[in-house]
Amino acid sequence: MDLSEFLAVFFEECYEGLGVMESGLLQLDAGCTDAEAINTIFRAAHSIKGGSATFGLNEIPQFTHVLEALLDQMRDGRRAVTRDAIDLLLESVDCLREMVDGTKAGTELNAERIAAAQRRLENMLSTADSALEPITHPTIKEESPGDKSNLSCWQIFFRPHAHMLQSGNDPYRLFRELATLGHLQVEADLSSLPSCSEIEPETCYLAWNLWLEGELAREQILEIFQWVEGDCDLEVKKVEEHAGEPEAEVGSEVQGEGQAQTPIETSSSPIPNARGHKNERASAGQDTGSIRVSIEKIDVLINLVGELVITQSMLNRFGEDFEQPQVNELRDGLIQLTRNTRELQEAAMHIRMLPIGASFNRFPRLVRDLGNKLGKKVELSVSGENTELDKTVLEKIGDPLVHLVRNALDHGIEAPEVRKAAGKPETGLLQLCAYHQGGNIVIEVRDDGAGLNREKILRKAQEQGLLSANDTVGEEQVQNLIFQPGFSTAEKLSDISGRGVGMDVVRKNINDLGGHVQIRSEEGKGSTLTIRLPLTLAILEGQLVRVGTETYVVPLTSIVESLQVEPTRVSPIAQRIELYKLRDEYISIIRLAQAFHGHSHALDRGQLVVVEADNRRVGLSVDEMLGQQQVVIKSLETNFQQIKGVSGATILGDGRVALILDIPGLIQGCIDRSLTQIAA
Amino acid sequence: MSSILAVDDSASMRKMVSFTLEQAGFEVVQASDGQEALRVAGGKAVGLVLTDVHMPGMDGIELIKALRALPDYRHTPILTLTTESSAEKKAQAKTAGATGWIVKPFTPAKLIGTIKMLLG
Amino acid sequence: MTAKAHSNDVTMQAKAETHQYLTFLLAGEEYGVDILSVQEIRGCSSVTPIPTTPEYVLGVINLRGTVVPIVDLRKRFGLAAAQFGATTVFVVVRAIGLDRHRTMGMVVDAVLDVYNISPDEVKPAPDVGNALDHDFVTGLATVDDKMLILLDIDWVMNSSINEPLQTH
Repeated sequence: MDLSEFLAVFFEECYEGLGVMESGLLQLDAGCTDAEAINTIFRAAHSIKGGSATFGLNEIPQFTHVLEALLDQMRDGRRAVTRDAIDLLLESVDCLREMVDGTKAGTELNAERIAAAQRRLENMLSTADSALEPITHPTIKEESPGDKSNLSCWQIFFRPHAHMLQSGNDPYRLFRELATLGHLQVEADLSSLPSCSEIEPETCYLAWNLWLEGELAREQILEIFQWVEGDCDLEVKKVEEHAGEPEAEVGSEVQGEGQAQTPIETSSSPIPNARGHKNERASAGQDTGSIRVSIEKIDVLINLVGELVITQSMLNRFGEDFEQPQVNELRDGLIQLTRNTRELQEAAMHIRMLPIGASFNRFPRLVRDLGNKLGKKVELSVSGENTELDKTVLEKIGDPLVHLVRNALDHGIEAPEVRKAAGKPETGLLQLCAYHQGGNIVIEVRDDGAGLNREKILRKAQEQGLLSANDTVGEEQVQNLIFQPGFSTAEKLSDISGRGVGMDVVRKNINDLGGHVQIRSEEGKGSTLTIRLPLTLAILEGQLVRVGTETYVVPLTSIVESLQVEPTRVSPIAQRIELYKLRDEYISIIRLAQAFHGHSHALDRGQLVVVEADNRRVGLSVDEMLGQQQVVIKSLETNFQQIKGVSGATILGDGRVALILDIPGLIQGCIDRSLTQIAA
Repeated sequence: MSSILAVDDSASMRKMVSFTLEQAGFEVVQASDGQEALRVAGGKAVGLVLTDVHMPGMDGIELIKALRALPDYRHTPILTLTTESSAEKKAQAKTAGATGWIVKPFTPAKLIGTIKMLLG
Repeated sequence: MTAKAHSNDVTMQAKAETHQYLTFLLAGEEYGVDILSVQEIRGCSSVTPIPTTPEYVLGVINLRGTVVPIVDLRKRFGLAAAQFGATTVFVVVRAIGLDRHRTMGMVVDAVLDVYNISPDEVKPAPDVGNALDHDFVTGLATVDDKMLILLDIDWVMNSSINEPLQTH
């Protein structure tokens, strides 16, 4: 029988259970006596053990058994909840999670690590009084009987106790089972039967003598009676001579029904059409009234909504060109359609959205472990866990967040003595918060640690050739230098975060999601990292621009302003680099026509669209500003490849493809070019 | 009546049991905890109840006691699905009125065989 | 006989079945592609050019909501350029490019017919140093006294795509 369908659900349940265990353990303080809390953790472990055993997974039940035993002791009060115990259990949960990962992926498990962890658990277990009960072996018991050599004859005396029937155990069922083992003869013993008026229908007054002949062993007989052990008097005797019928009166004879009663063989034929249901059954009994839906279905829905947006914008365009009177109704209809579509789209987007709490969940553990490791005292405060964002963004923001938190703990928050000397409380505060702001989600990582050291950064920047000694740089710009590649002012490169590979990769990852990250810091007081992310990846608000004969889309969120070019403000400073004086600052100009099509055009006949990414501004020179609209992002990479300066494509109302500009990429490219030019 | 009530807070276990028994021709209804099981059992009399022991809220033992108190379920076969090999849990279940138990892990064959044997 | 053509020859013989080929006209020559890779035939539509791509990648089109690249085979094979004519169409194929399936359109002068060709009718392309890059060709076949150049569509697909760029 193919269990793989259920395995997928089972693995999900394992992860949920592990999560319950971990958060339960984190909330258990040393000295806790809340039996229910411990019970919850125990149940989760028990569930994982049982399920994994049933699904035939090998190492997991064994390991979980020991874990469970320890928890069992705690919930019974036989063992105190100590910090050591919690730490060990947390570590074991990690180990178990790895085992589940490995089993799910089909990769080899780290046997050494598992054995070591198991030993530690067993050691702790053995320090209490109760010994470890042997685990029910995960191997499936064979159905074939043990000693099957000879024909044997057994005499069985069976008297159920009065109440045996009330457990739903029926003597005749037992006899049917016995009859499958061989030839059975039954004789009823009516001696205890009271008079009719005294008979209670649910009480058993009968006893039986049975004779069973066949190739069987005692264990098989006892196994049949195992459920009623204690509810009956049972004697099983082997009769030495098996020749001849017993002399006693023969009562009713239960004919063995031959092989008809044998347990059904495991089906070897494939289960037909068993696919497709695993994600569709409503999980019964959940309070929130939610259902599990596969992500593919949601993506189909989102695609359809995207198509609807395109169709609607096509109709809109169509509607704009008409002048006749009836068209008013058409226009009203279109306005209504636009509103409906937008609402539908937002609703569809919301389906994909999940609370950021899912990502924040890992941090209590991380902060605790890392704090311990670094010898720092840190308190973590989390807010805004219910702020929702797109599932994909959520998944991808995890690693960058981890890096930022690690950084804050490693370089931000100081050691307790240092803090004390500085007049700060010994325990540092790390705050994670999330909120919505203007169509974006904002995530802040704030610490009250040492902050950025301006001198160190400036020195490093000069070392790296990013700045010269007499450059005047604003505070913000100094601080955001930490996002440059290879930039780490850590004295010692700790293996935790300091290799200088981190911050620029973090920024790139956030940029790839269409967001940005900034740092604001005050030396001695602390730092705040602010990440801004779009709520959705599939649709963006775009400004259409014309460059030559082609239309491009500039993400609206990246546009600072747009203006008519004043030629007097343009100053070429080197070959192919031009600057524009925008009020007090000089910004580079990117001539899109040149960059994309290879021909230049007169600057002054077009517009300059000032765009910004990561605090850097650049002016894009375009021929004409067209309309603003929502565009559905289509991938260029699905059938083709990634193109520098282009983040994707979209389909306009007229059915043509327009490319979406990758603003951070263009700006970075511009900087790279100017640096090489300056260097050259 | 060959319908079976499968009670387990683990969805994967429920589904597996349910699938296995449906393949063998039984009708299966599911419940994810004791309360729900009682509701289901009260609504439509089933021929056999299969329940996990450790469940949040009302556990398996409590469920068995509650079922036995219902007139329709005085003699219905009730089996526990358990990893417990300790005599204590089995005794508790029996005292509560369980017919018997099936130990995890079990093969589909064993499950079907046991059920068929009980339901005739 | 080049090694590649030889191995293709052997593979095709091993299959021992006829294949169907869609044939089209390109700069006076007839070419054929395995019909199983042809998804559809589209009339010409405006193509959005993509910066920093080779000249033979004309750009992308909208194929019912998906963005699909269009390759100009004349430019790809180094043949004489020409304007789009009345019969010029895009042959949209689906093939393996960089180890997954991708859709791509090719500009051809005109679509001709569908032929059944059996492996033994296919001969390896001679190594005469002609304009046609050998790797594109799986073999030559003769149908109705005409020479048919059989295209290796996976090769065309793969060679038209570059590895994703490292943008940072």
